[in-house]
Amino acid sequence: MVRPLGFLVGLGFIAALVCAILTTPLKNEPNASHEFHKHPRHLALSSDGLFPHWDKAKLQRGLQVYKEVCSACHSLHLVAFRDIGDLGYTEGQVKSFAKSFQVPSINPDTGEPATRDGLSSDYFPSPYANDVAARAANNNALPPDLSLITKAREGGKDYVYSLLTGFQNPPANLPKELQPATGLHFNPYFANLNLAMAPPLKDGQVTYADGTKSTVNQMASDVSAFLVWTAEPKLVKRVQVGWAAFLFLLIFTGLTYMSYRNIWADKKH
Amino acid sequence: MSFPWAKNYEPQQPLMKWLDEKLPLPRLVYNAIGAGYPVPRNLNYFWNFGVLAGVALVIQIVTGIVLAMHYAANAGVAFNSVEHIMRDVNAGWFIRYAHMNGASMFFIVVYLHIFRGLYYGSYKAPREMVWLLGVVIFLLMMATAFMGYVLPWGQMSFWGAQVITGFFSAIPVVGDPIRVWLLGGFAPDNAALNRFFSLHYLLPFVIAGVIILHIWALHIPGSSNPTGIEVKDEQDTVPFHPYYTAKDGFGVGVFLLIFVALTFFSPNLLGHPDNYIQANPLSTPAHIVPEWYFWPFYAILRAFTFNFLWIDAKLWGVIAMFAAIALLFFLPWLDSSPVKSSNYRPLYRIFFWILMADIVLLAVCGMKPAEQPWVIFSQIGAAYYFAHFLIILPIVSRIERPLPMPNSITEAVLAKHADTSSAATA
Repeated sequence: MVRPLGFLVGLGFIAALVCAILTTPLKNEPNASHEFHKHPRHLALSSDGLFPHWDKAKLQRGLQVYKEVCSACHSLHLVAFRDIGDLGYTEGQVKSFAKSFQVPSINPDTGEPATRDGLSSDYFPSPYANDVAARAANNNALPPDLSLITKAREGGKDYVYSLLTGFQNPPANLPKELQPATGLHFNPYFANLNLAMAPPLKDGQVTYADGTKSTVNQMASDVSAFLVWTAEPKLVKRVQVGWAAFLFLLIFTGLTYMSYRNIWADKKH
Repeated sequence: MSFPWAKNYEPQQPLMKWLDEKLPLPRLVYNAIGAGYPVPRNLNYFWNFGVLAGVALVIQIVTGIVLAMHYAANAGVAFNSVEHIMRDVNAGWFIRYAHMNGASMFFIVVYLHIFRGLYYGSYKAPREMVWLLGVVIFLLMMATAFMGYVLPWGQMSFWGAQVITGFFSAIPVVGDPIRVWLLGGFAPDNAALNRFFSLHYLLPFVIAGVIILHIWALHIPGSSNPTGIEVKDEQDTVPFHPYYTAKDGFGVGVFLLIFVALTFFSPNLLGHPDNYIQANPLSTPAHIVPEWYFWPFYAILRAFTFNFLWIDAKLWGVIAMFAAIALLFFLPWLDSSPVKSSNYRPLYRIFFWILMADIVLLAVCGMKPAEQPWVIFSQIGAAYYFAHFLIILPIVSRIERPLPMPNSITEAVLAKHADTSSAATA
């Protein structure tokens, strides 16, 4: 009974699929933006690979770029000031860094909204009071929070780096419907090619304390490295612990293999 | 249970004797996974995966319980509470990545366990009940994994929940009310997140219960083996302990090595970047994909694009996707060949490998966006999937002429060793 019924059910599914095959067009709808979209360029960082480490000087420069450029529009709400101690700052430096930010607060006397100096325990404040204010200030586009950006985009740090350095004039053969509208900027690394963000970096925009020349490329690379850290502050520790666990298990597995061979030595199998 | 030569539990120490009289728990363990369970001597490494699946479940339960101590199932804070675990909880990043990749490891070993059953005919008499319970466990795992993926409340969590619960709206007339009832609202929100969390915590213990039934049912006929010939006498078997505890110990070591490499060196390899964006009901991701272990079924779902016999294409897709799993319940009766192992089934063996290739093809189609050529590949792949189980397999099992089989497990083992030693001398 099962087999004849199964046979009929199988024929039913196959008939439905054959009809589906015959009625589905074999050509995809043309998508011109695919043609102009580019894959991100690779950015090599010290935090890559199986033996990563943090390049603290680079991360400090990246923090400076975030603070002086990106933070005008982008929040970093998962990162606290205390976290930047990981970048090689002393406790005093962290405190004075926090103090340079004003964070939302409540006036203790009147209960009215107010601001106060940041403390190490505070998180990076958002540049806008809310999303509506953020959109209103940015041509109706919402600048995304950057805390997780290198994990939240296909291509990760490569994508962030390519996007920051990828602003350019639209190619001459770009179809009219893909031309950037008013307030948009052409960037081949962005999914739909036109981005509300204006090119944020210009050569010499920040003055690095360590004397590094602040080219667009340098700043983009530094801030991408910094955003790898904000997305996963435990990355280096994770890989180090991983090696310890892996080597331990390698020895453990070797021992279990030898005991397996030993126990089965007298049994053909 | 089982064979007359199975060793009996004889406690030596006074404490164990006392315990055995009051509550024979050590006896139960001894007979289940100790020296009291005789197992065929010729099992290959594919017989490791049952134990590995058990280990994976334990890892998921332990890491999951710790995560639940720090996670907040509220749509407003769920996403940030996961990041709190990643950043502020001691070793929270490890627990969370282990749980996330542990789910993938669980599915890898369970798929290999199922494929082993398909190749060696483990679903056939007298082990039909073992197979049926196994399919129940597989279904429960899929439900648990889906609900777990919703909990971080990222974009893929939200839109995955939207798509999967949308299946129910394909049911004629009552579909939409059922969907609203299941979600506790018109779209996934706090009510859905809370019930998913509750069920995600409950179902693993249900799985553990069904695993006990699965092992119980297995112990009645005893384990199958690569020849598919049933155990005839004592020399066909070895006691589970120490022989298979040692072999499984080695298997667990290899499993953990792969697990650790994935968790520590590339924890987001099998995830999707969009799930690091907080759920946003107003912004649909460019293309919604489930976790890798659902890709073949997702491809079957999307393969149906034609309103065949006045039934909506969407409903066809949903029925086909559930049927793709449900037909496994009928497998012991679809395959009428008395020969279990594919080693002696020359024709079935070819179709088994075509099926494996077909499942890989479907998985790739499930991962890709709904564009050509992936649509037509998924349609052909889905058609072959149903053809394999419902048409080819019953016919093959009728017309196939199996190869000559050895008389016993021991004979097969000795013949293999005679072969290798003569090959060595030649």
